[in-house]
Amino acid sequence: MTAVQAPLALEAIGVTKRFGSITANDDVDLQVEAGTVHALLGENGAGKSTLVNILFGLYHADEGEIRVAGKPVRMDSPRDAIAHRIGMVHQHFQLVPVLTVAENVVLGQEPTRGRGVLDLDAAAAEVTRLAERYGLDVDPRAVLEDLPVGTQQRVEILRSLYRQADVLILDEPTAVLTPQETDQLLGVLRGLAAEGVAVVFITHKLREVLAIADRVTVMRHGRVVGSTDPAETDEAGLAEMMVGRSVVLRVPKSAARPGDPVLSIDGLCVQDDRGRPAVDDLDLEVRSGEIFGIAGVEGNGQRELVEAITGLRDVLDGSIRVNGTELAGHRPREISELGVAHVPEDREKHGLIAAHSIADNLVLNRYHRPPFARRGVRQPAAIDDEARHLVERFDIRTASIDAPARSLSGGNKQKVIAAREFSHGAPLLVAAQPTRGIDVGSIEFVHRQLIEQRDRGVGVLLVSAELDEILSLSDRIGVIYRGRLVIVADAADLDRAHIGRLMLSGSDQPA
Amino acid sequence: MTTLAGRLVRYRWWLVVIIGITAFTLFTGDFRLDPTTAILAATLRHSTPLVLGAMCGILSERSGVVNIGIEGQMLMSAFAGFMVASGSQSLLMGVAAGITVGALMGAALAGLSVTLKGDQIIAGTVLNIAAVGLTSFFFTQGRSLPGKTPIIRLGPLADLPVIGKVFFINPPITYVSLLLVVALWYALFRTTWGLHTRAVGEHPSAAETVGISVVRMRYLNLILGGAIAGLAGAYLSLEAVGSFERGMTNGKGFVALAVMIFGRWNPVGAWGAALLFGYTNAIQTQFQFRGWFTDHPQFVGMLPFIVTIIVLAGFVGRARPPASLGQPYDRE
Repeated sequence: MTAVQAPLALEAIGVTKRFGSITANDDVDLQVEAGTVHALLGENGAGKSTLVNILFGLYHADEGEIRVAGKPVRMDSPRDAIAHRIGMVHQHFQLVPVLTVAENVVLGQEPTRGRGVLDLDAAAAEVTRLAERYGLDVDPRAVLEDLPVGTQQRVEILRSLYRQADVLILDEPTAVLTPQETDQLLGVLRGLAAEGVAVVFITHKLREVLAIADRVTVMRHGRVVGSTDPAETDEAGLAEMMVGRSVVLRVPKSAARPGDPVLSIDGLCVQDDRGRPAVDDLDLEVRSGEIFGIAGVEGNGQRELVEAITGLRDVLDGSIRVNGTELAGHRPREISELGVAHVPEDREKHGLIAAHSIADNLVLNRYHRPPFARRGVRQPAAIDDEARHLVERFDIRTASIDAPARSLSGGNKQKVIAAREFSHGAPLLVAAQPTRGIDVGSIEFVHRQLIEQRDRGVGVLLVSAELDEILSLSDRIGVIYRGRLVIVADAADLDRAHIGRLMLSGSDQPA
Repeated sequence: MTTLAGRLVRYRWWLVVIIGITAFTLFTGDFRLDPTTAILAATLRHSTPLVLGAMCGILSERSGVVNIGIEGQMLMSAFAGFMVASGSQSLLMGVAAGITVGALMGAALAGLSVTLKGDQIIAGTVLNIAAVGLTSFFFTQGRSLPGKTPIIRLGPLADLPVIGKVFFINPPITYVSLLLVVALWYALFRTTWGLHTRAVGEHPSAAETVGISVVRMRYLNLILGGAIAGLAGAYLSLEAVGSFERGMTNGKGFVALAVMIFGRWNPVGAWGAALLFGYTNAIQTQFQFRGWFTDHPQFVGMLPFIVTIIVLAGFVGRARPPASLGQPYDRE
């Protein structure tokens, strides 16, 4: 450490933020120097987004202090942050699609010809000047919605620069970009740092950290676990810091007694929403009585794989068979009736009908069949009996089975889905991110249920971004990388660091 | 040049419509100057409350609030304008009262839909029902006005053939409505206020992150829009009819919504659309003069509504409303 130092561009000291009983940020420190790229690394749910939302005034910290250029400041709203020359590139762009690039950049601080008359020529000239200075090629008169996502992101960066940001925060900026756009962005960020801007960027991709960061702060479970110079570490070291040791309660389980294959996937190809290959010639086999865990960094095809199995997404090529029956081409209800239980990743959107009662949600996969409906007429008594039974068996905490599903906590919503999906004897269970965003008690409950299903001979396909969850539950593990399983092995033969390397680079060799 | 030829091709259907309407107008006007001028003048007269109502809708909806209460705002203002004008025997006071009541109705809509975050359709319906009830209950026969707003000749412009009689010999609110069309277009697309209004209607959280108050912009626009609807109401009772009748808006507030959509939320477009609707009304009168369709006047009377249906069915799908229209804004 040198004796004389310029004040830090941005500093967080002892920041703590709680949401109800969950502590999203616990005594977090962050120090960002001007003219550097500072990566904030961590798994999903580690508290990175919470921290930067506090820094940008979107959330208010329960405890702790924020300093800009060495001085303590209050951040009550984004307006305060902008006044302190902090800019943010949001994950969901805060841009108006029908306005032009120039209009979006100057919005709120428009150049005028006096008396509130817009000077759009001046705006366009200013955008062009900034774009040239920072190497962000964009046409100021283009309408925003006509531009590709990567260019729209540049407009967000330009908007911060127009407001003379000294600190630029980017929330998972590469999540929406193609690899080429990512490389371009990383180049732009380096250029900004060279101009003296302090860049804070959130990511969970190690390659990006090693490629451009001057400094990296790693978060896990709401805490900072360390801050280091990427030059002094490698992917393995970062992965170790990011994933950490097992702190999640490990549910005891006996050895698996696997039987015949329940799910057989051969040469599966599936596209993502934009028509790009997401699952690429993937093979997979899940046997009865085992939990097969799929580990991977999000966005490597897990979602598309699950949606293809459950009939929510078209299969481009290959086959998916459950106990020998082909699933491809069948509708979701048919697949459900063929014996595939599904705990969807987005429980609010795909798991429940929030406005309907808990009872209705508990029979959502069977409501049209006896005893819950006869000749098209619903049988409320049968539905209520089943609902009361499931509420008790799965310990769903609710005042009434007639309450709307939206009134439940995240953990109890997940119990409703689990109760519905686990109780009708399906031979295959597909569970995607089954414990995301739910409390520790519910996590343990869901884990116990998954193991109980396995012990009854159900084949369980577990997809999770939580490596701890994969490691503690799985009998066999596959690591997915760019739409393929790069390894399939017994859980006992894989250690955390090895899986981490495979998740991040798809190979055992450090990049 | 390619530009002219290109434009001719691009707007060919509009050209067909304009030529068709012109030919039809000349035909119904018996190819004489006076009846033809009369049709055009009546067209402008009938279009005035529609374009004013549509501008009220544009202000509301550009800032993201659905306003189906234009009918109620107009009716209440027509009533207030009439009552104040007949009480004070001052038409100016009456017009001022109409504008004020319209603005208050706009503020009420803002209170219900912005502050209380109520359903905007229901809030607008509340205005409509309240207006019908209140005006019917408090209206008493036997009051009279000191006259109608006077017709003003705009000097030598009024002597121009056809155009002079159509555009430059009119009562005051009609002139104001034409000026408002231009002013509002300029304000929406050339000023910071307009940019903020459009941003708030399209993506309120983006506007908020750059320091624009969504609540303030929506209140401002609803109140301004209400004032314009108030002017439309004053036009009906004080300029067009010279009296008040129960339910005298007769659906014009709803036709104004169709005008707004047909005009693609653009004041100039709305003016063109209002002229089309005004025209369908104007030729009815001419039909009567010519003695056409006198056996079945109801079919001619249907014309404005048939045009409304065709326009809404044909154009609503293509016109794109502001993206956050109808969604109450919540900061969290």
